[in-house]
Amino acid sequence: MADQALTSIPPVGSPKAAAKEKPGPLEYMRQWPLRVIVGLTLLFLYLPLITLMVFSFNTSRRNIVWQGFTTDWYVKAFNNDSLLQAFINSLMIAFFCTVISVILGALAAVMLWRFRFPGKTVVEGSMALPIVVPEICLGVAMLVFFARVMPWPMGLPWPLNLGAITIAHVSFAFPFVATVVRARLSSFNRELEEAAKDLGASEWRTFWDVLVPHMQPGLIAGALLAFTLSLDDFVITFFTAGPDTITFPVKVYSMLRFSVTPEVNAASTVLIVVTVILTAVGLQMQNNTPKEKKA
Amino acid sequence: MEQTWKQAKAAFAAIAVPPIGWLLFFFLIPLAVIWAYSFGENTGPITIDFTGTFANYGRALEPLYLQIFWKSIIVAGLTTLLCLIVGFPVALAIAFASPKAKAWLLLLIMLPFWTNLLIRTFALIAVLREQGYVNFALEWMWNNASGFMSLVGLQPLGEYEPLTLLYNNTAVIIGLVYVHLPFMVLPLYSALDRMDRSLMEASLDLGAGHLRTIWSVVVPLAAPGIASGILITFIPALGAYLTPDLLGGTDSQMIANVIERQFKRANDWPFGAALSFLLMYLTFIAIAAQAFVQRKAERRG
Repeated sequence: MADQALTSIPPVGSPKAAAKEKPGPLEYMRQWPLRVIVGLTLLFLYLPLITLMVFSFNTSRRNIVWQGFTTDWYVKAFNNDSLLQAFINSLMIAFFCTVISVILGALAAVMLWRFRFPGKTVVEGSMALPIVVPEICLGVAMLVFFARVMPWPMGLPWPLNLGAITIAHVSFAFPFVATVVRARLSSFNRELEEAAKDLGASEWRTFWDVLVPHMQPGLIAGALLAFTLSLDDFVITFFTAGPDTITFPVKVYSMLRFSVTPEVNAASTVLIVVTVILTAVGLQMQNNTPKEKKA
Repeated sequence: MEQTWKQAKAAFAAIAVPPIGWLLFFFLIPLAVIWAYSFGENTGPITIDFTGTFANYGRALEPLYLQIFWKSIIVAGLTTLLCLIVGFPVALAIAFASPKAKAWLLLLIMLPFWTNLLIRTFALIAVLREQGYVNFALEWMWNNASGFMSLVGLQPLGEYEPLTLLYNNTAVIIGLVYVHLPFMVLPLYSALDRMDRSLMEASLDLGAGHLRTIWSVVVPLAAPGIASGILITFIPALGAYLTPDLLGGTDSQMIANVIERQFKRANDWPFGAALSFLLMYLTFIAIAAQAFVQRKAERRG
């Protein structure tokens, strides 16, 4: 018996050899109870999203029974000026949030990685705070801050009126970037930096030509994270947004409150597709970078 | 080796000032203001005096609000438990899948995580409501069963009553599990993937069954991963606002909804501030508990 059990364990690193045989004892993915659980979980995760996307093409207004294919809801959503404005606002905020978060996050990561200074643990702890503090607490803090401490001027021209929301988004996004970049920096060989300095490079030149290229995959991953965090955020924007600075999630929320139309389905489908494309691009870029390095 | 800041003061200042300044000005100061407000009193329509009173905290500890806190903890705890029950086998299956299947499964688990929270909640409404797909499927099965029973000469089942799946506490828990499942699967996966498999093989060889092996070998080895999975599912579930707001009924309010109401509708900022600080303290207690468990596990290992 024991012999049989031993021989049925597939040799490590060659899954192909065992492909047609009975599943080995540790190949949980090939045993039916676990396959059923994984399948049901994926169904649970995707059924709502797929039905939402499919029914955005439905002719029926009640959007429950399939009646026929149409793209009218997309046309309607694109002609809905306030929805379009909210969508552009969201993209704009996400863009500025990403740029500022990547700069601040990279600086914070380099600071914590490179220097020893008094109060370092306090700084490290405070940097982790925005990641763990509940969103609602940060939301109300931003509400009070922009209402009482630093009122954001009303009626500024377009991208400037989004400043308060962008600042709020950067505050919770940049510590995530710092964490990702710092993980990447731990694999950096400090001797390279010293070599650059010995060869006469200035502090700035060393940073730009030696450290930044090494950080690049972390910076890309961090940028992607900051962008999606900002695009995804509802609660903090809900508290920070003024009447004329509506973002896409806040707009969809208010549309949901009044009536559910397939227009919301169409708009949501567009956002899902945008996110999936961005994720795919990001993963592709991350996969490519190490290969270039090796070559 | 780390450099001391004195060796390169200019470089240190250039690197340290922007992130620390931002954190101080746009994160710590807003929190400090809220904290100060929690000891204040409303003295006019928009004026708040910092009187150093504990009345707001006193009010937060009244049975009505204490009950909401307790309920939020129960709901978040149940959500975490369900995520663990569903997420553990999924993580186990992914960790032991072939490398190619592994990459795809991880991507599939991650993808909903990148989709907007509001859209996911909205999509769930379409599935769960009385005229949604869950009820459609159940009605179809009911009618077929009814037809079958009259075929064999029994009393048919009667009209199908749609289940009320939305706007109650069950809906909130389903919604929270739906949203937080990836939070649980990923840390579990990374713990199980790093585990030494020869120990499992040894246990199976020595005659233990799969369930016994998982319970007495895998679970203790993966304990730190399980603990961090529990933590990062529990914390956002505890402070959830959108899910109870959109999927819950009048009695399924959680603490975040009460905080929102104090700030937006009731306009009682000091009381809202006290509630949000209590929520923060609860979060910190959860983190401290996890750190304690982790340290204990490390010392034992």
